[in-house]
Amino acid sequence: MRSLSIHGKITEPAKSKNQRTGIKWKDNLTKQENSRTVRDSHYLIEQPSDSEWNICKHLAGIRKGFSLSLSFSRNTHLFSLCCDSLLSLADANHCKIPMERLEQEPTMAEPKKTKYDRQLRIWGELGQAALETASICLLNCGPTGSEALKNLVLGGIGSITIVDGSKVEIGDLGNNFMVDEKSVGQSKAKCVCGFLQELNDAVKANFIEENPDTFILNDPFFFSQFTLVVATQLVEDSMVKLDRICREANVMLVFARSYGLTGFVRISVKEHTAIESKPDHFLDDIRLNNPWPELKSFVETIDLNVAEPPAAHKHIPYIVILIKVAEEWAQTHNSNLPTTREEKNEFKALVKSKMVSMDEDNYREAIEASFKVFAPRGISQYTQDIINDSCADVGPNSSEFWIMVAALKEFISNEGGGEVPLEGAIPDMTSSTEHYINLQKIYHSKAEADFVAMEQRVKNILAKVGQDPSSISKSTIKSFCKNARKLKVCRYRMIEDEFRSPSVAALHKCLDDEEYRIAIGFYILLRAADRFSATYKKFPGQFDDGLMDHDVAQLKTTALNLLSEMGCDGYLLQEELYNEMCRFGAAEVHVVAAFIGGITSQEVIKLLTKQFVPMQGTYIFNGIDHKSQCLTL
Amino acid sequence: MDAVDVSKSRDLDKLLLRHGNLVDPGFSPGPDLRDDIREYVKILVVGAGGLGCELLKDLALSGFRNLDVIDMDRIEVTNLNRQFLFRLEDVGKPKAEVAAKRVMERVSGVEIVPHFSRIEDKEIEFYNDFNIIALGLDSIEARKYINGVACGFLEYNDDDTPKSQTIKPMVDGGTEGFKGHARVIMPGVTPCFECTIWLFPPQVKFPLCTLAETPRNAAHCIEYAHLIKWDEVHKGKSFDPDVPEHMQWVYDEAIRRAELFGIPGVTYSLTQGVVKNIIPAIASTNAIISSACALETLKIVSGCSKTLTNYLAYNGGEGLYTKVTDFPRVNDCLVCGPGILIELDTSVTLSKFIEMLEEHPKLLLSKASVIHGNGNLYMQAPPVLEEMLRGNLSKPLYDLMGRVQKDTIHVSGTSLLNEQKQSFSTKLRVLFKGADGVADMDTAIGA
Repeated sequence: MRSLSIHGKITEPAKSKNQRTGIKWKDNLTKQENSRTVRDSHYLIEQPSDSEWNICKHLAGIRKGFSLSLSFSRNTHLFSLCCDSLLSLADANHCKIPMERLEQEPTMAEPKKTKYDRQLRIWGELGQAALETASICLLNCGPTGSEALKNLVLGGIGSITIVDGSKVEIGDLGNNFMVDEKSVGQSKAKCVCGFLQELNDAVKANFIEENPDTFILNDPFFFSQFTLVVATQLVEDSMVKLDRICREANVMLVFARSYGLTGFVRISVKEHTAIESKPDHFLDDIRLNNPWPELKSFVETIDLNVAEPPAAHKHIPYIVILIKVAEEWAQTHNSNLPTTREEKNEFKALVKSKMVSMDEDNYREAIEASFKVFAPRGISQYTQDIINDSCADVGPNSSEFWIMVAALKEFISNEGGGEVPLEGAIPDMTSSTEHYINLQKIYHSKAEADFVAMEQRVKNILAKVGQDPSSISKSTIKSFCKNARKLKVCRYRMIEDEFRSPSVAALHKCLDDEEYRIAIGFYILLRAADRFSATYKKFPGQFDDGLMDHDVAQLKTTALNLLSEMGCDGYLLQEELYNEMCRFGAAEVHVVAAFIGGITSQEVIKLLTKQFVPMQGTYIFNGIDHKSQCLTL
Repeated sequence: MDAVDVSKSRDLDKLLLRHGNLVDPGFSPGPDLRDDIREYVKILVVGAGGLGCELLKDLALSGFRNLDVIDMDRIEVTNLNRQFLFRLEDVGKPKAEVAAKRVMERVSGVEIVPHFSRIEDKEIEFYNDFNIIALGLDSIEARKYINGVACGFLEYNDDDTPKSQTIKPMVDGGTEGFKGHARVIMPGVTPCFECTIWLFPPQVKFPLCTLAETPRNAAHCIEYAHLIKWDEVHKGKSFDPDVPEHMQWVYDEAIRRAELFGIPGVTYSLTQGVVKNIIPAIASTNAIISSACALETLKIVSGCSKTLTNYLAYNGGEGLYTKVTDFPRVNDCLVCGPGILIELDTSVTLSKFIEMLEEHPKLLLSKASVIHGNGNLYMQAPPVLEEMLRGNLSKPLYDLMGRVQKDTIHVSGTSLLNEQKQSFSTKLRVLFKGADGVADMDTAIGA
């Protein structure tokens, strides 16, 4: 069933009420709020017809300056396409449609919010909305693919389409939880699809009983309808072809393969940019080494030397203490801050000398945090590389991300004075409530001012390159400012390029490094196994055909040829691996598949939500001693 | 084995039936190995939550047919984003029972016995029945308990090397968001949970004076309402985080306090998070960690590959990071070491001994139950058993232990170690002074 619902708050000036002619509304609630009428409306279109789409377009078109929020109860790719067109229509008419997921009718929203509670705490409602609007295509639904999808379906992915032409065999019952005895002889795609649908009825689950190669070879346009393709258990030749198709169509692609006790996961997208990279450990942005005038004047209002009352002295936040001590230090050190270890220790001693009693937690915290004073000013090398990236020379086709990077570059050399926009948050620290809240306000207003400057620059740049100056929403720019130090850009070589001309230096490094020996060995052997199968129409050791010794020898020859082609003449792989690889015989063992599938789904989530940082290179699973590695070749 | 069974393990057979090079020295591949795993190996899965559901599925599809699962919880709506064996209509039912049923429905031939019970309510001997214990838990306390039980089965030779047939292996997984760990614990050989307890950072607790006097953020306001205001207002009525009205009350109070101090950010979701100490959890990390644990279980049992030595740290948030660390054992570990040596006069009665445990600085064990060999000397519960054994209290321990000079006994109860009340079980080496002419020798190791 195709169904689309538009719900949300339509805010509009009271005087323009009459413009709503011609559109049927089902209004649930109307109340006065200040001078405006707030209307909580619910507009549902089941199986939208063309004329109904026109209503939507009309709606977006006639209401200049109004805002409308959309949310979907069932997300399929079709809807997101329609949504895109609606968005661009709205954009052209200066009507904003934030794509945040709004609360649906209370009866619907609560169970869903509860169901996803544990993950909403990780990627928030925006991340969830990104998952719910995505449509995923899975190629081959053995255990690797089935397990990957299972994790995505549980999380509420928009839609899945499983492509697999095989029938369930008895052997599949031993490694795939999504099929059971009743499935034997039936379409595997159908059985897996049926089980996955059971897990989450909010997901639109489809299947196509067809060999993936049929689409790869004959119908490349098939893939362009999806947000992302998960391709499992493909051999090299099909990988290379599919990769070309998806690059061309700008569809994200993740390869996954389980093979005995090894396997790999490889992302292939031209470029992935993340604003909310959410690193675990990151230095607070509190500018102790470079306070701005408002912060300085606040610090001046507090006197560390007034020891009475003791309660006040031990509730001075360490931000204030450290800025004061840093100033004092600079006065006696030619306006410099400590750099050598000796100076740093002296600085800490100076902080300690300001204590009036030993139970002052705030001073203890100040000593611990004094490294924040010593931190270098300005931006990191990584940020430097991003603003110097050629994509930061923006044009009419530049993405939001790069437009904002261009603005950031200008900001840093102008208002920023060498720094990025202030993040605006401060960590918790011992303090009186009053001091803490005042500090929060000072940091917040500086962040706000930086944001306003950034917003102006973004608008100017958009206008200059011929894009709509208001096309990037305030909330996006705000998030960009908050995360300006944490931006991430990930680029992936095409599979074909990596296979044809891998980085020889990286290969040599891996082959020489004890920690990488098994991983690089499996990388080469996985490729050699595909070549073997192209020649012998079976994988090495796949059958108990009495040819094991032959297979081991042939695999070794193939691998050594491959090494030589890659510019690694004279290198050898760990001898035991040839036999292990043949022993594996291309088995898809459930636990390995669950591991590889788990990683695959995690990477899909990071790509779709644009949060966190996707893996780089090829992840090689090492099920022997778990010393798995990511190889960037 | 009939033909259907054989071809069902098509993929697994490659690992179990073929010789390998990078395997355990004791690996002897063949149909017998596969059949023995089916027939004779018993595995206990502790926890039927995010990890437990995955573990049951993974083990059932790794050739194991005799599984037990223990979990005291019932299914909640918030489980459904990852605990894939449960459906909306299962909410309220015991996790262990539903999980066992679902896996048995789909994987024919596997027998899963569910135990809807607290882990502490099972007899210690229950745990000795399993070849391996797989832990899918989210609490340090529960891990400590099982670790204590499993290490309690360990016996040492006279030269302080562990007796291999008494080693009860454990595999343990844990997740938080995109992070997790998987580890293999071979008591006496690799570090036990207690040896590396420092791996678990202490929980963040706010000083009460901050909550009462200088709140600075939303969490402070919530904890004030939860820890201070609730008791002030509801004299004698304890707070229950599972009662929505209670949670709503704390939320309203926290809002009021936040407004008073001008603090932003109190939401209902945050209130639940802070009060219940909610750990974010997703399906993918649970799948990754559980499958690593199940793979190690298969390897320990079959020897079909090397095993993880001994700790795998996983972080999938920033790129993809895994690290294997070979942590060292703590030789005099209270839990997996040869046991604290306690020196006693032959006249000391069981009740005097139980009192001594309470004062012992390395034990601080109150309400102790005492087990010697396969016999209970004293049990605090159930009442029937307590009454039956009460007579032992006045007898000398020396007599109760069969008048041997030196032997091992097991004690369990509530310990106050590290200023924390916890279930605790350990073994002790008891040495009787003056028995059979033994002088006060080798007591320097004594506590």
